[in-house]
Amino acid sequence: MKKVGIVEVTQSPGAESSLSLMEFTYKTVKELLDKVGMRRDEVDTYVMASSDVLHSGMSCANSFDIDATGGFLKPFSRTEGDAITAFVYGCMRIMSGNYDTALIVGLIKGSENADNDTITSCFADPFYSRPTGINETTAAAMQMRLYLQRYGITEEQCAKVVVKNLGNALFNPYTHIKKRVSVEDVLGSERICDPLKAMECAPKSDGVCAMLLASEEKAKELTDKPVWFKGWGASMDTFYLGDRDLLDTPLKSAAASAYKMAGISNPRKAIDMAEICEPYAFQELLWCEQLGLCGQGEGGKLIDSGATQMNGSLPVNPSGGVLAMNPYVSRGLYRVAEAALQIKGKAGEHQIDKKVNTALAHATYGFCGQWQGVVILGS
Amino acid sequence: MAEEKERPRTIEAVGTAPFEMALGPTWTRFFEGIKEEKIFGTRCKKCGRVLVPARPFCPRCFEPMEEWVEVAQEGTIVTWSYIDYTYFGLEDDMIPVVPATIKLDGTDTSWWGVIGGFDIKDFDLVAKKVKVGGRVKAVWRKEKRGCVQDIEYWKVIE
Ligand SMILES: [Zn+2]
Repeated sequence: MKKVGIVEVTQSPGAESSLSLMEFTYKTVKELLDKVGMRRDEVDTYVMASSDVLHSGMSCANSFDIDATGGFLKPFSRTEGDAITAFVYGCMRIMSGNYDTALIVGLIKGSENADNDTITSCFADPFYSRPTGINETTAAAMQMRLYLQRYGITEEQCAKVVVKNLGNALFNPYTHIKKRVSVEDVLGSERICDPLKAMECAPKSDGVCAMLLASEEKAKELTDKPVWFKGWGASMDTFYLGDRDLLDTPLKSAAASAYKMAGISNPRKAIDMAEICEPYAFQELLWCEQLGLCGQGEGGKLIDSGATQMNGSLPVNPSGGVLAMNPYVSRGLYRVAEAALQIKGKAGEHQIDKKVNTALAHATYGFCGQWQGVVILGS
Repeated sequence: MAEEKERPRTIEAVGTAPFEMALGPTWTRFFEGIKEEKIFGTRCKKCGRVLVPARPFCPRCFEPMEEWVEVAQEGTIVTWSYIDYTYFGLEDDMIPVVPATIKLDGTDTSWWGVIGGFDIKDFDLVAKKVKVGGRVKAVWRKEKRGCVQDIEYWKVIE
């Protein structure tokens, strides 16, 4: 298998920007090209990820955004769903041997569109589900109740995820929510969808993330510290929530594919740090279980042990995660970028203490994590 | 391209577009049953599961589902929540809502419904009455439109 290296990444801040989407995207892509010293026409191929209609107010949104990606009149594609798939698409293009460099960009201005749950209620079919008021938050709340009941996970353990991630976010200059909170603050926040509390739900953020990928030779030419693409897996469950066990998600099979490709047999030993997509606090614990980073039903013990803290044995979301910054669509690419920065040793104030050889980046969307994707990166 | 301190102009854009989506023969038949206060599922000849609402094919076996079965209107709560916040499209007078997934007796899936029939504004009362594993039954509206809202709510069986 041909090697693909991440050369460089850039990211925008997550707070509401007064720039137009065009300016906002251009700024981050231009910063990337300047960092690697390339002109837009010198990049071989482009893959962008953006969302149509409800997340952007435009249909075939890339017809407008393309100018700011720099990709027009170049071999260009766009992915729907989470931007982590644009990353993988770019890797595959380089692995084909036809391209030496690929520019990946995920973009969204969450501050410009309707409330998250107005949009997520449209994930539901209009025949059976939508009329009963289902959306991503209510589905997550039902999943959380099952999780608490089946495994005896406590609300305090879920709240600790918020405390940890928002605490980490204070050291990340790009993140949207900057606030030190306590377990009491989280437990005392509004019970918007029992047992989910307001502070356990991710915000809605702006976010452009850009990344330059290169073939092995080219990557070594462009940077002294390339980060290598090692593995990928994705899986999606059936649509009907009632047909699924909400605590047995497709993340297990997505992770199994990614570990197999990366040659990992014991993820607990092999993974040095993880960036996990946790739009709802308890999901970080559940996803850690499904990723095999702890045993089934042991997500609560994992957070209690301190292992997932910035200075723990398996730091999870040193960037602050999605609870601190939630640019829908591009949030998965942010996870890859943050994992890459940790391997490069360039995460700045939120760089973890230990050396990172192998890192995991995760993305999810849909009710109760219907779609799951896992990327493994290596030094 | 610096961010300006004073907020630049924004433009409000609202889009409305009608869609007309086909129900298909399976779901049409299902909703005809609903009009007559009957809940139909379909049984898979391969795995034997009964799925509700009725499906044209079994997603797991990928075989057509041709056997129709009328299922019970009582079932068990798998999980539930309490919606007590608003967003665009969900107004103050529409909350709270108590959504639940309900496994109807004799079926192999659960169905999404809302629990009602008592003062659901009182959360403590809801938490007392609504339990995972608790029993509920369908309460029908008098006027039917052949849609899922024809089941007005699911009543807790004490
Ligand atoms: Zn079957």
